[in-house]
Amino acid sequence: MPFLSKEAEPYWNPYLSGIGLGLVLLLTFLVMGRGIGASGAMTSVVATTASVISPHTTAANDFYQGYLGDGTVSPLKDWLVFEVLGVLIGGFLSGLFAGRTRIKIEKGAAITTNRRFQYAFIGGMIMAFGTKLARGCTSGQALTGGALMNVGSWLFMISLFAGAYATAWFVRRLWV
Amino acid sequence: MNGPFFINGWIGEEASLIFALFIGITFGFFLERAGLGSAKKLAAQFYGTDMTVFKMMFTAIITAMIGLFWFNQFGWLNLELVYLTPTFIAPQIIGGLVFGVGFIVGGYCPGTSCVAGATGSLDGWMNVLGMLTGILVFGEFYPLLESFYNATPMGELTLTDYFNIPFGVMVFILVMVALAGFWASEKIETRLSSKN
Repeated sequence: MPFLSKEAEPYWNPYLSGIGLGLVLLLTFLVMGRGIGASGAMTSVVATTASVISPHTTAANDFYQGYLGDGTVSPLKDWLVFEVLGVLIGGFLSGLFAGRTRIKIEKGAAITTNRRFQYAFIGGMIMAFGTKLARGCTSGQALTGGALMNVGSWLFMISLFAGAYATAWFVRRLWV
Repeated sequence: MNGPFFINGWIGEEASLIFALFIGITFGFFLERAGLGSAKKLAAQFYGTDMTVFKMMFTAIITAMIGLFWFNQFGWLNLELVYLTPTFIAPQIIGGLVFGVGFIVGGYCPGTSCVAGATGSLDGWMNVLGMLTGILVFGEFYPLLESFYNATPMGELTLTDYFNIPFGVMVFILVMVALAGFWASEKIETRLSSKN
């Protein structure tokens, strides 16, 4: 396939990509009566794994129960799980067609690969914690709730930008 | 044929899952197209050198918001039936702050880490692993966190309800705020990029 070896293409205009994403979100509201998400699918995976390993403790935990359903269907047969599988496919294909899908490690010049992996992992843990406290992430809260003018989503969105801007200076060596 | 189609019984469970896959593919596609599968591009938002995150996110929000307004006006979509995550003021503000810290430390948010991983970024997969671990930690400690998680409940609450102004006026205000934000983003980007 010739496009595998070609030079990476420039990114699309952020406003035009944003309109595309907004129309996808609008279509989801119209068809499903709900918005898009990402962290919810990961929670389904974690809840399912936890219920396999220790069914008794998960049964007593309201947080896991919210993602496990009534037990008649697999908790992985879920709208968000299918949607996130799609995200993986769509991201892969877009990157492939633009010459950007290749094995890589993204990091600032000042840190080692090991360090980058550690921070990527720790950052993921912190973010997951925030996501769960807030009942959603940038997709399920900020984008979806933002468009629905949800008060909690707007509070979450403003807080996330504030948190990231306040921390950016302290971790600048990771990126600049 | 009025929306939401799924809730009104126009499409079934199986079809909704196929639709989920389709929506995910387009979602992942647009994120990657704009460059949001790149940690450096995402992080640059918080150093002012590349405001793609803000521009794309707010364009998507106002596009969908304007669409919802007109769909509602035309009677194509019953907004009463669209799921609204309930507002819990304290955990959502604290959750947002914590999320922001994790975002700049790890370089991704949940959706973009998936796109990064799918395009071959190993740090993207590390971030996904960290998130799965973080969710497990949250889940295991949930009994202790439960009271804060459910603190300051406001129920389903929109900005139009809260400020008691008409839907259309609120859309107009938020579109103006977004446009001002885009104008400021372009200014900041030009200034900070030329310095480097």
